[in-house]
Amino acid sequence: MQGAETQRETPMGRTLAEKVWDAHVVRRAEGEPDLVYVDLHLVHEVTSPQAFDGLRLAGRGVRRPDLTLATEDHNVPTGSLVIEDPVSRKQVETLRANCAEFGIRLHSMGDAGQGIVHVIGPQLGVTQPGMTIVCGDSHTSTHGAFGALAFGIGTSEVEHVLATQTLQLVRPRTMAVTVTGQLQPGVTSKDLVLALIAQVGTGGGQGHVVEYRGEAVRALSMEGRMTVCNMSIEWGARAGMIAPDATTYAYLQGRPHAPQGADWDAAVAAWDALATDADAEYDAEVFLDASAVTPFVTWGTNPGQGVALGADVPDPSSLPAGNEREAAERALAYMGLTAGTPMREIAVDTVFLGSCTNGRMEDLRAAAQVVKGRKVADGIRAMVVPGSMLVKLQAEQEGLDKVFTEAGFDWRNAGCSMCLGMNPDTLAPGERSASTSNRNFEGRQGRGGRTHLVSPEVAAATAIRGRLSAPSDLQEV
Amino acid sequence: MDPFTTHVGHAVPLRRSDVDTDQIIPSDWLKRVERTGFGAGLFSEWREDPAFVLNDARYADASVLVAGENFGTGSSREHAVWALTDFGFRAVVSSRFADIFRSNALKGGLLPVQLPADVVDALMAAVEADPALQVTVDLEARELRAGDLVAAFPLDHITRWRHMEGLADIGLTLRQEPDIAAYEAVRPPHLPTTAPVA
Repeated sequence: MQGAETQRETPMGRTLAEKVWDAHVVRRAEGEPDLVYVDLHLVHEVTSPQAFDGLRLAGRGVRRPDLTLATEDHNVPTGSLVIEDPVSRKQVETLRANCAEFGIRLHSMGDAGQGIVHVIGPQLGVTQPGMTIVCGDSHTSTHGAFGALAFGIGTSEVEHVLATQTLQLVRPRTMAVTVTGQLQPGVTSKDLVLALIAQVGTGGGQGHVVEYRGEAVRALSMEGRMTVCNMSIEWGARAGMIAPDATTYAYLQGRPHAPQGADWDAAVAAWDALATDADAEYDAEVFLDASAVTPFVTWGTNPGQGVALGADVPDPSSLPAGNEREAAERALAYMGLTAGTPMREIAVDTVFLGSCTNGRMEDLRAAAQVVKGRKVADGIRAMVVPGSMLVKLQAEQEGLDKVFTEAGFDWRNAGCSMCLGMNPDTLAPGERSASTSNRNFEGRQGRGGRTHLVSPEVAAATAIRGRLSAPSDLQEV
Repeated sequence: MDPFTTHVGHAVPLRRSDVDTDQIIPSDWLKRVERTGFGAGLFSEWREDPAFVLNDARYADASVLVAGENFGTGSSREHAVWALTDFGFRAVVSSRFADIFRSNALKGGLLPVQLPADVVDALMAAVEADPALQVTVDLEARELRAGDLVAAFPLDHITRWRHMEGLADIGLTLRQEPDIAAYEAVRPPHLPTTAPVA
């Protein structure tokens, strides 16, 4: 991690991030990065094969397979259990061979526990407050919703964690995002985080571990918190965290890997002590008024290029000359949009509901509420991809699959799906999507594809109306 | 990792900000299980445009990439670094790097040279004016030199030493194994393992 290299020596209080960091320092030496212990290492097929090869070349083993958990998600087709693409198939088979060789628990395609890596950790209860969690995936920040310090790493660091269960890291700076007020009805955590990113820019959090706090954050459910923390990386933050509270504990208690009995009580006492001290100071602070946020969507090719759904496509000439204007001009050209067009008039071809950002039960329930009794607009491809097979099963038990399929949505198996174009679910060149995922980069959902990032509710309403819409834009059923 | 002390080469100007890792190496390439051969995928979408700067013959032998701010934003894929090095780059210059990209670059022998925005602008203009401009990245002095331009860049001394010696992290960390074992012995018992539960 980048960050301030000098340690603060004053006896003042500590932030949540500093407490978790300090509790994991294995070794500290003047002028060197800290050696930091990793409590949980999540692994998937894409960023791990070269790391396992590295271990074999050096004759090393995995130090703590019992703190390591693997799943297949990025390459997984969501329509069948057969991977047609031989390159994808080889990658998944490589993960299976590596997990077998090194004794790592793996949730494979077809297994009831399989799903997106950032959905299954919380679901199993292996994601807990105060932990350090890493994965070769930038959206590892999701787990920070529990008050864990969780961040993405590259493949060299994956190998380092496999071999040593530690990382050499420079202590990052801290930042608070204080969200005051309350979200209005119909406004979601996705809208909140998209509005935040538009305010602070894609690099606004660089070098910092961010703590989301304030009344509006406390009011969010665990799944809403995960959506916010998930998108931390989209504004450059190293990690995003939320202090654990009764909401966190209620979500965790009874999950397969949650502590039980006396361990639970000891854990809660430890978790309660994690909250930022009243006299702690952050290196930076950002404020946001939740009550002013409305449904929010992106128009450009990075997650910071967003506006309120009620606004128009911005005019690059109204932006300051230089980088920002040039980037906006390029983004509009790629997106095939004209400045001044109301966002609500933009017609889409595809609606994707899923991903580690918005592929959980609450997301599916919220979208089902909108589509219930309605039909997907003619010519729109609308798909729902649950974040895990367990989410899929639970949704089916609640009858959500029927709601979606009767409306004309395609109901699919769990995986990363159309979030990133590594499996058969992709956009064709020029196709436009409303997507509940996290990145609208050029080609992210398929070569030439055009992505608008939206909340599950906006995705659902857009599927019905065929143009970017909020549920309030739909006629009564 | 190969030792890195001083690199002298030509630079190519990439006048774009927020260059994300999906552009550096599109996700289709990430299906591969190898660590080599990613150069062909570097900026593969943008390279289809004949006017893209990497297609400009004047910059054909460039080994230093000069880019706009917030380079390497997006995913954690180290494949982005492997693509840049496989293509022939030894250093990237920007006013700001995404954290994970910067970390990956430092593991993969690609030096992220962070300079103030006005210095990057000046370097970009100089390279556009003279594609044959000799650019020196001096790790020992933590300094970039190009014509009249001389600029210091930040890098902690441990990382600098590792690069100059060509040392890999894992071997160094394993020297601290007793500390790791001692830490493990006192971890709180309520922490989870991933062993399946009944």
